[in-house]
Amino acid sequence: MTVVAISGVTKTFPKGHVTALQEIDLQIEPGEFVSLIGPSGCGKSTLLRVIGDLTAPSAGTVEVNGKSAHHARLDHDYGMVFQDSVLFDWRTVAKNIGLPLEMLGFDRSRRKQRVDEMLQLVELQGFGDHHPWQLSGGMQMRVAIARALAFEPALLLMDEPFGALDEMTRERLNIELLDIWRRMSSTIVFVTHSISEAVFLSTKVVVMSPRPGRVAGTVDIDLPQPRSGDTREDPRFFQKVTEVRELLRGVGADEHGSVLAEERA
Amino acid sequence: MTVVAEPTPSGTVLATVRTRLVDWIPAIVVFCAGIAVWQLSIEIFNIQKFLLPKPGAIISAFWTQRGALWRAGWLTLKEALGGFALGSAAGILVATVLARFRRLGEALMPIAIAANAVPIIAFSPIFNAWFDPLSSKPRMATAGVLCFFPVMVNTLRGLTSVRPAQVELMRSYAGGELQIFRRVRIPTALPFVFSALKVATVLAMIGAIVADYFGSFGSLGITIKNSVALFDFETAWAAILMASILGVLMYVAVSLVERIVLQWDPTRQERGTA
Ligand SMILES: Nc1ncnc2c1ncn2[C@@H]1O[C@H](COP(=O)(O)OP(=O)(O)OP(=O)(O)O)[C@@H](O)[C@H]1O
Ligand SMILES: [Mg+2]
Repeated sequence: MTVVAISGVTKTFPKGHVTALQEIDLQIEPGEFVSLIGPSGCGKSTLLRVIGDLTAPSAGTVEVNGKSAHHARLDHDYGMVFQDSVLFDWRTVAKNIGLPLEMLGFDRSRRKQRVDEMLQLVELQGFGDHHPWQLSGGMQMRVAIARALAFEPALLLMDEPFGALDEMTRERLNIELLDIWRRMSSTIVFVTHSISEAVFLSTKVVVMSPRPGRVAGTVDIDLPQPRSGDTREDPRFFQKVTEVRELLRGVGADEHGSVLAEERA
Repeated sequence: MTVVAEPTPSGTVLATVRTRLVDWIPAIVVFCAGIAVWQLSIEIFNIQKFLLPKPGAIISAFWTQRGALWRAGWLTLKEALGGFALGSAAGILVATVLARFRRLGEALMPIAIAANAVPIIAFSPIFNAWFDPLSSKPRMATAGVLCFFPVMVNTLRGLTSVRPAQVELMRSYAGGELQIFRRVRIPTALPFVFSALKVATVLAMIGAIVADYFGSFGSLGITIKNSVALFDFETAWAAILMASILGVLMYVAVSLVERIVLQWDPTRQERGTA
């Protein structure tokens, strides 16, 4: 069964008459890792929020796991990582990670065990008792990632989760994320500004064009699984990177698409 | 990448107390200097005691009449505390209801702001007619109404100034209004509530004392009023001193609770750990 079925989704914001999304059609199958890439302001975050039923589309329909996005949300079908870490200052790091577990009714001991595993995963052991504002921006983002992974959702919606991290951490967490994706056989929709990250992680890259946001094209990434450090040296990897880059050029963006798009606006 | 757990600030209680005391030294020095200037200038410029008695005379009046002052203070403190508790509780309750029913809140807010501008103290004699004037009820009512508005307005502001992203996060977990209220709105509102409660302690004391003037036998307000009528200015000032001490105690008590409840608040941690 298709995990995410988007058909004819348009989203306009009355404020400023912005058409953030226009006539988006997109099918995401189980076990896919789909990256959304495109210049800043092309509607990637908006599309993610429409899938998550955090904002209603102006037209069109979104189905998640065969139900309306609304029902999927109420059924805890997805975990979300927002573009900002969105942590609660009044909760410690451990309690922030445990928040979704509380909401799902995990008991205290299972919660603690899960939180400890997650702290280990994002290498924040020893920081469980800290408050978010005592951490660096990158560490805060890792807490947000740990929180989203804590309840092992079958569908993960991630909005530039690694944007604030250094290259080394980013590459390590890329590998970790792929590992989790395989182990939990989850489906991931992933927003990024990095072409190489998109190609490295994904089974499919969706390139979006701005004003209004549309799907400019999709590139299937059939590089061998599991991906590893070697993948980045595979000539086919470079081929795919070039392919995505060409598509992005077509919509008026380079690798740092944001810069170009902003300058034109 | 290796991660080393930061050492938690290992200040002993004693060290904390010492740094706190060091923080207070400038204030204490200024205070003592002020008292000295006061005492000296009265002696030098020969100021009449009905204008301003000497600090020494006030303190000795305070000491000799400590029993009576304490009884009067206790009576006024009970009025202030009762009014503070009732007014603040009502303020928080009403704010909660208005935060839940936003439309109602929007409709009532202008009225509340207008009502807040009414000099409530002026109602004090009227409360004497509404309640048994010999009980402490009319004084509590004055103090309570004074506390109500700032607490209500601030709590409402706190409950409604949540970050939209945090609400969205809760919704992504299928959290309903009640969950959002408990886990996001209340923690966001707490710093607002506490700053209002601190203001309310001061207002409660003012309300109780001024309401005393309209007849509460044996209270601090009456002590001040009657002593002035008898030209006993030292006693009047000693009663004012008692009122100040009680007011400061109430304020400090609320601050301590705030410090415990809001340990997580980064804006109050800025110093401390350094
Ligand atoms: N709440 C809102 N009200 C009005 N306009 C909005 C709102 N949210 C987004 N927009 C507009 O919709 C468009 C798409 O925004 P969106 O955040 O989805 O872009 P994005 O692709 O995620 O950009 P970035 O890469 O910079 O994060 C933008 O033009 C933005 O101004
Ligand atoms: Mg975005």
